[in-house]
Amino acid sequence: MRNFWRAFAKNRLAIVGGVVVLILVVLAVLAPVLTPWDPNRPDLRNMLGDSSREHPLGTDQLGRDVLARMLYGARVSLTVGFVSMGIATAIGIVLGSLAGYNGGIVDATIMRAVDLMLVFPRFFLLLAVLAFLRPSIWTIMAVIGLTGWMGVTRLVRAEFLALREREFVLWSQSVGATGFRVVWRHILPNAMAPVLVAMTLGIPAAILTESGLSFLGLGVQPPYATWGNILNEGKDAIEIAWWLSFYPGLAILITVLSYNLLGEGIRDALDPRLRQSGRRLATTRA
Amino acid sequence: MLWYALRRLVLALPLLLGITFITFAVIHLAPGEPVDLQAGDLNAKSSAQARQLLREMYGLDKPLAVQYWNWLGRLVRLDFGRSFAPDGRPVLQKIGERLPVTLLLNIVELLIIVALSVPIGVYSATRQYSTFDKITTVFVFVGFATPDFWLALLLMILFGIELGWLPISGLRSLNWEYLTFWRQQWDFLSHLILPILVATFGGLAGFSRYMRQSMLEVVRQDYIQSARAKGLAEGVVIGKHALRNALLPLVTILGLSLPGLIGGSVIVESIFAIPGMGQLMVQAVFERDYPVIMGNLVIVASLTLVANLVADLAYGLVDPRIRFVGRGRR
Repeated sequence: MRNFWRAFAKNRLAIVGGVVVLILVVLAVLAPVLTPWDPNRPDLRNMLGDSSREHPLGTDQLGRDVLARMLYGARVSLTVGFVSMGIATAIGIVLGSLAGYNGGIVDATIMRAVDLMLVFPRFFLLLAVLAFLRPSIWTIMAVIGLTGWMGVTRLVRAEFLALREREFVLWSQSVGATGFRVVWRHILPNAMAPVLVAMTLGIPAAILTESGLSFLGLGVQPPYATWGNILNEGKDAIEIAWWLSFYPGLAILITVLSYNLLGEGIRDALDPRLRQSGRRLATTRA
Repeated sequence: MLWYALRRLVLALPLLLGITFITFAVIHLAPGEPVDLQAGDLNAKSSAQARQLLREMYGLDKPLAVQYWNWLGRLVRLDFGRSFAPDGRPVLQKIGERLPVTLLLNIVELLIIVALSVPIGVYSATRQYSTFDKITTVFVFVGFATPDFWLALLLMILFGIELGWLPISGLRSLNWEYLTFWRQQWDFLSHLILPILVATFGGLAGFSRYMRQSMLEVVRQDYIQSARAKGLAEGVVIGKHALRNALLPLVTILGLSLPGLIGGSVIVESIFAIPGMGQLMVQAVFERDYPVIMGNLVIVASLTLVANLVADLAYGLVDPRIRFVGRGRR
């Protein structure tokens, strides 16, 4: 652990990424304190206003304060990122452990399913499913999570394949520990490092996916403000009020960039051998 | 190799069945029906009756398994059914019209990505930590984090509205018919520039990163040392001995990234109003047009499966060390 911190502290970019992520979380949590405006309250006398002292980022077509909408949007975007990654990771850990520990037909079946999901254009699948589930924050998170577990499954399985032949595992098996106990107490804790990295890199991917869906109008529905939503509504006024489209996109870019830097930093610090491994890049773009 | 290809194809079938069944089930179990949309305008009294009629007409009153079985039966005969949209045209015809545009876009994108990312990757790998390498690294991270729809909007503002250089929607101008032949070609091309630019941006970042990584690994190998030791020019060492080996993993990654590229065309086509598969899919999703959605999924899934197979086979062609062995034969 000391080695980890020492290696991590040397990576300036990763530190910057981590700090920005922290700031974003604080901004999202403190949204009601930071802005006096209600993100959903229209003001018809002040539509498409330029930035002013009252409205630092201007107002949208309905006269709603853009800064307030951005801050409340951060709540939704960050939550979607966390929760859908949580769902995906939970599924990935369970399936990966099952496949890696049992091997044989269980392994073959699960890995077939992984191949199936990996080959499929995920965005098409998401669209098809979302068309028929009333889009809400919960369905979005569930759907993104349920279609994003393949990477973690593969990672966990690979770790298990390496760990299950190790002495401490063989020892606990030979003294009669149940399979569940061996997996839960002995193998999983040792397999968590790459999972942690995958989670850090999976959150921005989920945020990108959510914003893309919301941008198409198939994600989180208005009046909930999310960055994708604000962009979607802003694009209709693009010729008059470019800022409506500019800020949310910039916010997404900064968020995703910081998470990626942080994730890469954690990876490098955990295991120098994995440095700049190309494996990650296949999974970050949905 | 032929055996290998056939085996892979046969193995791909259950994958396809699995995908279609899952989506079919989700779509049909979810609340909300297309008849709601169609019967929505009718008054309350007649609508219950009208709904029942519509449901029977589309076979939505039968159990799920029966519906799926019927759908599969028709699929085998390449009958994807008719669209629920008012035009009621066959799904295959609708998709057939749009497939060439999406294929064209994706193939051009892939060619551009490969043509640019290979030299970028090689150059930054052979000059690791140089200014060029640092700039491309920044580009890679920014490229990964940029939402493509946002980039599209920014480019539309800049080139379409502020500068007025390029058209920002559709594939042809309104006065297309009145243009001369060469003007028509340019008109078509100019409509493609922005969408392709947007679609290549993210992919370019990823691929040049892979290429750099792959090259970095190869130049550390012993055979590169010996090539240098026997006095070959650095250009030959890099351009011939190293590059060939560094290109190998790229083939696999190309196959793996196809679903992402095709998925990206949904957003690009929607923004630039390009009449392709992605736009059709979004429209169908809004209209709850089951047959078109399912048809789209099947076609896109089959295309990706085939493309992956091609990538695997290509891997064998470029790397003679790989042998395709069927199970039980060695």
